[in-house]
Amino acid sequence: MTRTLLIARREFAAYFNSLWGYVVMAFILVVGGLLFNTRAMGDGARLSTEVLEEFFEFSFGTTVIAAVLITMRLIAEERQGRTQTLLDASPISDTQLVLGKYFSAFAFLSLLIIATTYMPALIFVNGKVSIGHIIGGYSGLILVGAAVLAIGTFGSTIGRNQLESAAISSVIVLVLILMWKLARMSVPPLSEIFANMSLFDKHFQPFQSGRIEVAAVMYYLSISFVFLSLSIRKMSLRRWK
Amino acid sequence: MITVSSLTRYYGAHAAVKDVSFTIDDKEVVGFLGLNGAGKSTTLKVLAGLIMPSAGEVCIDGVDVLEAPDSFRERIGFLPEDPPLYSEMQVGEFLHWVGRVKGLSKAELKERLPEVLNLCQLADREKWVIGTLSHGYRKRVGIAQAIIHRPKLVLLDEPNSGLDPAQIVEMRKVLSALKEECTVLISSHILSEVSQTCDRILVLHQGAIVAQGTEEELASAFGTEEQTEVSFEVVVRGSAKAASSLLDKIEAVTGCSVESNGELTTLLVEASSDVREQVAKSIVQADMGLLSLSSARFTQLENIFLKLTGGGDA
Repeated sequence: MTRTLLIARREFAAYFNSLWGYVVMAFILVVGGLLFNTRAMGDGARLSTEVLEEFFEFSFGTTVIAAVLITMRLIAEERQGRTQTLLDASPISDTQLVLGKYFSAFAFLSLLIIATTYMPALIFVNGKVSIGHIIGGYSGLILVGAAVLAIGTFGSTIGRNQLESAAISSVIVLVLILMWKLARMSVPPLSEIFANMSLFDKHFQPFQSGRIEVAAVMYYLSISFVFLSLSIRKMSLRRWK
Repeated sequence: MITVSSLTRYYGAHAAVKDVSFTIDDKEVVGFLGLNGAGKSTTLKVLAGLIMPSAGEVCIDGVDVLEAPDSFRERIGFLPEDPPLYSEMQVGEFLHWVGRVKGLSKAELKERLPEVLNLCQLADREKWVIGTLSHGYRKRVGIAQAIIHRPKLVLLDEPNSGLDPAQIVEMRKVLSALKEECTVLISSHILSEVSQTCDRILVLHQGAIVAQGTEEELASAFGTEEQTEVSFEVVVRGSAKAASSLLDKIEAVTGCSVESNGELTTLLVEASSDVREQVAKSIVQADMGLLSLSSARFTQLENIFLKLTGGGDA
């Protein structure tokens, strides 16, 4: 556990020692702020709950983009900068390495998600929203973030460079998001299978309305577990190539 | 004791090393020679625990790389040709982090870090950001990260590549200090460096060990009929120009490289016979301060190497 934390702490500090961390944070907050102003607040009078639902809907998108941008450098950057040798020659297991990297990305994304709380707080000025709705929505964002970070970590173990890693992760995420569309275009039992695989529609909408559903929580945790396991497996294979 | 027996490593269908066996005793400094593609890098990678062997055994004090890879890597320090450093970190901060990752406690590091900084002559660079260091200092940080956890075996891949003459002299001092601490395996293309630094030499060719032993043992086993050359180092107090003009007058001297550092001049002399006495006499007679004269190295290593590997450039 100590080594996992050591990797995570160094990696977390690296976000702030490079321009990349600030660029991602600024980009996501600016885009989120603009969307909140134009889409959520809008022109006419609306119910606070509707505004909050709208906020969580576009925050799903910004969280997914942020997670892909944060993870694209995780392993690929070590490979590009040749610092991978330092880690490979150290007594760090592949699980410690992958989890350390993942936890650092999770901590950074969580910080970014927390930084968006000023937007729901603004709704309090002219409206009334339930704290439970906010907690439910943010739990969904954290879970979506965790799942996409795991996908991004996997992409980073495969890609030869950061752009390739981002492309691989984006394709996987897009396929999972578009599952809802496939579900509507197909017939049972395929439609059921596709709907249950969807990263957004079926699983995120309850959170958007402030509800925490066990099935949705399990779905996001499963995605995280599967892609982290694949990342560890991919990392261990490199010593045998 | 490091034991490599019947090591074989395939990349696809191609065997990069095949049936390689050797042992290295504690506190021994061993040079690893071979042409490009001979399998040096592959062997080093296996010894560093970066890749796993396809067959054979690699053990350090009985710990097998396949059975206990993490425990094996705790006993290894590795410096690749291009030092793997996080350029945004400070030297001290980086070494502290590496030490913790390699299993040292904070209390152990409090004692060990200053030792390593002194050994690698980095004490005055502890607070420097790695990205701002020269190549020579980056190599030293690379060595420091390799030895911070007191490994049994330190693997150095081309430790002198890209260094200027002054940095090479400094690196030699660091390497000789390393001998006191651990077993060292140096892979290098620079035969004179291997000859000066190592106790024993392993020659790898086409994925197999073709010879091993001290330079003298190799010379007697594979010696050529070509004239044996002698090299030695002289440090004098005086100008580089005056010192090299003195050496020019000695007939047996076939080459001389000069490095000047303030008022001190270091000469690396190559001669067709052992002319150390004559050199010392000339320097003293010229009223220059003779500060040191190294022992002679009979450097016919290059000829032996070419004979064993069938020619080509090393």
